[in-house]
Order: sequence, then C-alpha cells, then structure tokens
Amino acid sequence: MTRTVVVVGHGMVGHRLVQALRDRDPGGAWRVVVVAEESRPAYDRVALTSYVEDWDAARLQLDGARYPGDAAVELRLGDPAAALDRAARTVTTASGRVLAYDALVLATGSTPFVPPVPGRDLPGCHVYRTIADLDAIRASVAAARGGVGRGSAMVVGGGLLGLEAAKALRDLGVSPHVVELGPRLMPLQVDEGGGALLKRLVERLDVTVHTGTSVAGIAADRGRLLAALANGTELDLDLVVFSAGIRPRDQLARDCGIEVGPRGGVVVDAACRTSDPAVYAVGEVALHAGTVYGLVAPGYAMAEVVADRLLGGSAEFTGADLSTKLKLMGVDVASFGDAHAATEGALEVVVNDAVAGTYRKLVVSDDARTLLGGVLVGDAADYATLRPLVGRPLPAEPAALLAPAGGGTGVGVGALPDEAQVCSCNAVTKGDIRAAVGAGACDVPALKACTRAGTACGSCVPMLKQLLTVCGVEQSTALCEHFAHSRAELFEIVRVTGIGTFSELVARHGRGRGCDVCKPVVASILASLGGGHILAGEQAGLQDTNDRFLANMQRNGTYSVVPRIPGGEITPVKLMAIAQVAEDYGLYTKITGGQRIDLFGATVDQLPAIWKRLVDAGFESGHAYGKALRTVKSCVGDTWCRYGVQDSVGLAIELELRYRGLRSPHKLKSAVSGCARECAEARGKDFGVIATETGWNLYVGGNGGTLPRHADLLVSDVDKEELVRVIDRFLMFYIRTADRLQRTSVWLDSVEGGLDHVRDVVVHDGLGIAAELEAQMAAHVAGYADEWAGVLADPEKLARFTSFVNAPGAPDPTISFRAERGQSVPVALGIPEVVGR
Amino acid sequence: MTRTAPAWTPVCPVAAIAPETGVAVLLEGGEQVAVFRSADDTLRAIGNIDPFSGAAVLARGIVGDLGGVAVVASPMHKQRFDLSTGVCVDDPAVAVPTYPVRVRGATIEVGRP
Repeated sequence: MTRTVVVVGHGMVGHRLVQALRDRDPGGAWRVVVVAEESRPAYDRVALTSYVEDWDAARLQLDGARYPGDAAVELRLGDPAAALDRAARTVTTASGRVLAYDALVLATGSTPFVPPVPGRDLPGCHVYRTIADLDAIRASVAAARGGVGRGSAMVVGGGLLGLEAAKALRDLGVSPHVVELGPRLMPLQVDEGGGALLKRLVERLDVTVHTGTSVAGIAADRGRLLAALANGTELDLDLVVFSAGIRPRDQLARDCGIEVGPRGGVVVDAACRTSDPAVYAVGEVALHAGTVYGLVAPGYAMAEVVADRLLGGSAEFTGADLSTKLKLMGVDVASFGDAHAATEGALEVVVNDAVAGTYRKLVVSDDARTLLGGVLVGDAADYATLRPLVGRPLPAEPAALLAPAGGGTGVGVGALPDEAQVCSCNAVTKGDIRAAVGAGACDVPALKACTRAGTACGSCVPMLKQLLTVCGVEQSTALCEHFAHSRAELFEIVRVTGIGTFSELVARHGRGRGCDVCKPVVASILASLGGGHILAGEQAGLQDTNDRFLANMQRNGTYSVVPRIPGGEITPVKLMAIAQVAEDYGLYTKITGGQRIDLFGATVDQLPAIWKRLVDAGFESGHAYGKALRTVKSCVGDTWCRYGVQDSVGLAIELELRYRGLRSPHKLKSAVSGCARECAEARGKDFGVIATETGWNLYVGGNGGTLPRHADLLVSDVDKEELVRVIDRFLMFYIRTADRLQRTSVWLDSVEGGLDHVRDVVVHDGLGIAAELEAQMAAHVAGYADEWAGVLADPEKLARFTSFVNAPGAPDPTISFRAERGQSVPVALGIPEVVGR
Repeated sequence: MTRTAPAWTPVCPVAAIAPETGVAVLLEGGEQVAVFRSADDTLRAIGNIDPFSGAAVLARGIVGDLGGVAVVASPMHKQRFDLSTGVCVDDPAVAVPTYPVRVRGATIEVGRP
C-alpha cells in the first residue's frame, strides 16, 4: 500500500530528499507531498549572491525542482506548514489544509540570526537569506541612492555569509562596512594568519573591515541610518544587512513537544529521526550529536540517509566535517579537517607569503606523518587534493607540500585511496568515480550525470579530469588525424611562427593533406590573424563552401545572399535597391532574425552580378556565411523610444562596423538595448550591451539555439571607451583560446575558472596580455576590407564563380523553382538512385 | 545507344583548377561530373551529385585525405567520398559514379564511366 511522506520545506536539502527518495523508489511505495513557504521551488541558495549579477531567479532554480511528469510528488508552494498533530499524524498548513502523513520530514532550514541591537527593525535593515531578501535589498539601494553618489552599507557579521552579502552590496554599487565581533574575518574557518591576509585582500576591494567590535545601536537620521559601533566608530549608512549566523527553524517541533536542543535545533539520531519515530529532520534544522550544520553537504548526506531509512535501509549519518572552499570577492579561501590544530600535539606548518598574497597552513600529527587539516587563503587550488588526504599518511614532507614554487602540491589524484571523497558536496569517492569510468563514463559531463560529482560547487571538476586521465581515458584535444593540436594550440603556433599557409603548417606541424575539419579551422585562424582576402591563393580551397562562395548554400545547391545592414538601420533608397535586385533575379526574400534581409535562390554564377549591383548601391558583405561577426541587433533607442536612456542604434552600428569581418571559432552575434526593457534581446547574444542611466552593462556568453543560455554580466556601468576596450579583449581572448566550433557560451563554461577567470583576464589584465589583445583587434579594424568588393575587383577570384568550367553560363539542370505565396522556392530534389557497391 | 555522346569531353586547362580543389563539368546529356586536382597534380573525377541531398555540389566540397585515402567532403552534410572509388566513407552502402580523366596536351578530358 502506498504510504505518504510529507516534506516540510523546499530548500536545497528538502529537494535533495525528494530526489533521493524518488530515485530509490521506482515502484512508488511512497507518495511525497512537499509543503513550502516560498512561492518558488527549491533554488541554489549557495549561489544566492550571483542573483545580483542578473536578477534572473530562474537561473538559480535547481534541476527538476518541479518534478515534472512525476505523479508521485505533489509540490505545494507558498503554503507553509503551521502545526503538527503527532497523534493524528497530520500537518496543517497556513491555508488551513490538513495533510495526513505516515512519515514526516522537517526540512525547514534556518532563519538569519539578528542580534538584539536597538534599531534593528528600522526601514533599511535587512537579512540575507532568500531571493526576496535580495529583491528588498536592491529596492533599498535604489531608493536610498536616488541615483546620486555612492551609497554605503553595513554588514553585521564577518563570516562566510557576511562576506557574501558584502560582495552582493559591492556589486550593487554600494561601499560596504563589515562588522565582526570575533577577532578576524571568518573566525570559524580560518586562523589568525589566514584572517589577517583575508582582511587585507578584502579591503583592496572597497570593503572596510571592523573586527573585534559589535553594533551598539542603529538610529534613523535624516532619511539615512546612523550606526554606532561598540568601539566608538559611527557609520553613516543607506542600509544594513544582518548576516551574523543562523538559527534552526524548529518552532513546529517545539510546539508539539518534539525534543529540541538547549540552543535550538531538532535533536536527531544517526537515522536522522527525531524523538518522534515518525518524524525526521534534515539540514540546518537538525541537531546531530550537538552540532547544527550550516553547510549544504551534510544536509545532502542527511537527506540520503532518510531516503534510505524510509525504504527500510539502515544508513546512518555519522557527522560531517566543516571543510569548505570558496571564492569570496575573488579571494580563494579554504579550510579543511582540524584547521585550528585542536588535536592533542598537533603541529602547524605555515607558509605566509605576503608578497604573493597567499597564506597556506597544514596541520599534521605530532610525528608529522599524518595530515589533520589545513587553511589556504589567496590560492586554494590544492584544496581538492589535500582535503581527501586528511587522516592519512602524508605523501611528502609538509613543507614540500606547501612549497609555492610552480603552484600546486604536486600531489596527484593518483595518490588518493579509493575511499577518499573527491566530491564532498555529494559524498562521491574516488572509488565511485573509478567505477563510473569503468562502466563507460568517458568525460566530465558523463561523470556528473552518473555520480553527481561536481554538480554542486564544482570545485572537484579539475580532479574529475585528472581521474579520467589516471583511469586511462584519453582526453584527446587533437583537432583531427592531421594535427595533434587543439585549435587554441594551432592558433598560438600560427601567431608565434607567422606561418601563412595551410600547406606549410601541415608540413611542419601536422601530417597528411588535411581534411574538412582542419582546413577551415586553419583558414579561420589565418583570417583572424590578418591573412588577407579569404579567397586569396591557396586559402580558397580551405574554406567551407559558404566562405568559398561568400554566400550560404541552401538545400538545392543554390545560395542565399545577405548584405550588411548595420544595427538594422536602412534607408528607403537602399531598401529599394535590395528589392530591385531580388525582383530582377527572382530571389525569395525574407527578413532575418538579425534585422536584415536574406535573398535566396541565387546560383553560383549569378552571385558576382548580384553583388555588383549591391556593392554599387552601397552594400557590403554581411558575413552571414562566415564563422564571423553576424549582426549587432538593436532596439530603436532613446532617439525615438520614450523609455530609452541611450542611443542603442548608434552604438550597435559602431560595434557592427568595428567587428565586421572578424573571423572567430564560431559565429558571433551581438545586440544593444537602449534600456533595461531589453527589446534587442542582448542577453541571448555572444556579447550584449544594455544601457544604464549612466553608461553600459556588458553581458557575455549568451546563446539561443539548441542550448539557450542567458549571457553573464561582465562589467557594469562603463562608458563607451571602456566598453569597447573590454569587448576588444574579450573577443580576441575567445578567438585565441576557444575550440573549433565552440560558441562563447560553451567556451565560458569550459574555461578553467569560468567567468571569473575571463573577467580577470579581460577586465583586470590578470595574464598581462590585454595590450596584445587590443593591438590584435586594432590591426583587424585597420585591415578590414569588404570581401565582396575584393572579389569583384579580381578577375581570378571572379572566375571561380562558374556553374560549369566547360560551359560557363549553362544553367544547372538539377535546379528548378516553383511558386509559393507569391515567391520562388526550390523544387524538392529527387534523390537519384544510389549506385550500390 | 551511347554513340551519340563523345567518349571524351574536353574540360579546361589543368591550370584552371587550383590545386586541392574541384570544378563542376557538364557532359552532353546533362550528366554532371566533379573533377579534382590534388597538390601533386593527380586528377580524379566523380559524379557531382551528392546522393544524400540530391544537390549537384560535390565539386564544391573540401578535399583532403582520410588515413592517406583522397576524399572530398560534401558541402551539404559533410559525408566523405573516396575520390578513387566513389564510395562514401561514412556509409559504404552509398557510392557515386567515377569517371576516367586524362590530360591531352594541356587540356583535361573526362571520359564516360
């Protein structure tokens, strides 16, 4: 008989519980009812701060959190549980609905702790916990600044959450003060040395840190807030955010007599069962062996235990360590194991490099043979390999493990035992990964799908790659059988050696004659590096057919023609010129999605004559055929639109003319919107620009197509000069390093370090190549020439636009047209009889 | 019956085909042939019609080698054809016809299969 489990709360852990139970219960022994307070399904609260980047709540939503197509799960949003009746085994919701249960799981999480400071309820005081909290903070910032000057805010609490809140405020254009009662930032995770460095690094980022003091009171002061600190400091503020820790939401349990701890938290045993055997508790509401865990990984582990128990299993939760690795305001911080050397006789080995801005500490046993824990600040790359070694013999001298030379401990993943956890978020061991590889998983996405490793915080992804290599799965980056190099490596070879032809490149760095994979790649690289006309000499034979005939091949072998219409702005005279050409050649015409006009049905031999007419009318190639910049779409902007705040058409035209003809690993699309209403759909583009009151926001990595992706904010509120500089660098960095046919969206997701790394390179010049990238783009802009004009001026190139070499001008007998809705469309080609072998 | 068409059709001078590319040739009767010239001046001719799409486009494909075998990739959907046998490498049940090709003086000529 089907039993019912009611899950109270739909946060990350509640969702994981439902997933874990449904995964293990295909027969549907349990019906699941989830009652949730928030009106949206479970979202990634760990990544809450990233909401500030785009205010796109949908992006935070967890996969499958609405359980589509699963009749066994009922999700009741916006109707929290109000009371439990343990005797009747029912839960009553706020709306008055009574739900019967056979088992109940409390996954209510926690509420922010707000210290009892006078004035804490004043308007402008917030907590930092939910999407709604961030929306309120945003509204508060907007109201306070009134668009003038830089606002200021106070964050109460200098722990993990407090620093996250400070980052969000900084991203909102507000200067934050962080007030921490403890003697250092993140007192739970890092030690004194690490805390000192962390403070220095954070203060570089326009954050003022006050440690060892508390807030004495907050008062309203002429529309602003005035905070007095216990050390006498006064702060003039626009808003206050409390993030000084969490308290378990245990009221439901308290009200019905379920045992809670002296400082809160529902007491659970190793089965995550409360004092009522029909009631379980998981996540931040649960108190296990005297500890409430404020991290998602232990919550996930509890969820798995309960799912197992519901199905008659005997899984146990035995506690979790508080290891964490995070990037706070661009600063890596990690702590693992016994970070504070609390173990009897523990020894500490510290390398504190003030110049490099790194602090690294290992805690080892008294005989210096066993790793107990550690703290890494400034560079936490070794966290993934060090943490699984906790409790195990050290593979080398502690000092050698911390040696900064070359970066990296040199401890390979191969040194780890099978039971070492690789993904701590989802408790996936090295053995699990090896088993998955043995069962056929051959890349990171496959490993993610079958083990869940790397799907939460992602910090173990580099280790997954290493493990694949260790397991003998070849992660070949070879382009094809003719080149053992990746596209990025070939790009560097061509750039550094100055080799100018495919034949020389394949002779010196490859083998064979090339193929339809490597030839267009090399052609694109040569073009990106200013190799002259793409049909010059040997280059013509390297091009895909679209590039070779500077038009787009259609299904019957004819081509379509797209003249450039920068920004979508066109005069009536030019429209008439296009119309006349279409009329004279019987071309099917259609408006494209990129705000221009596509003319279909031209045969190879007609292309030059058509283009002669278009070039004479002032048009040039639109590169619709190339892996190159396509269009920069725009809305009408503030010239006409009563909502517009900037001239989006003017900027779109400028950008389109700047980057026209730029050859890249894949096509590039762009758009400019004149206000936040975003009519140009800039966030669906490889680089999209949205006007603000005072400048421009630049978004990168957007995509439509098969795998839609909203673009990520790269820089905000910059002037045009800075905008163009960042786009120059971004595009050239992409062109240098992306794989063949890799759109910016996929590239951004695959670059090690992701968007943060790309921002570091193209905004902060972290690799010191910005000037080079800019120079490369300047050379492209200066060297641009219309490809079609180039063909029309060169009899040799023109001669290739022939239907039949022995009968120029003879029509291709396979091509014919019929009329549809008043225009010419191709007659479907009869597939000729295939010659059998 | 085939007497009506000449055995060899003159096409063009060798130099008119850039090395590592192809051209389309129209035979009397409407048959289309794709003639390719390799870097070492080897000439090969196959049917111009891509059997997968029905479009007459193989002469516009990229030529290259696959493990040393000279091939052309259809510009329509990238299937590759062995230039010597006409067999599709990606689907050996499919093939295009091959044609004899020779040079008379400086002129390329294509024969009947």
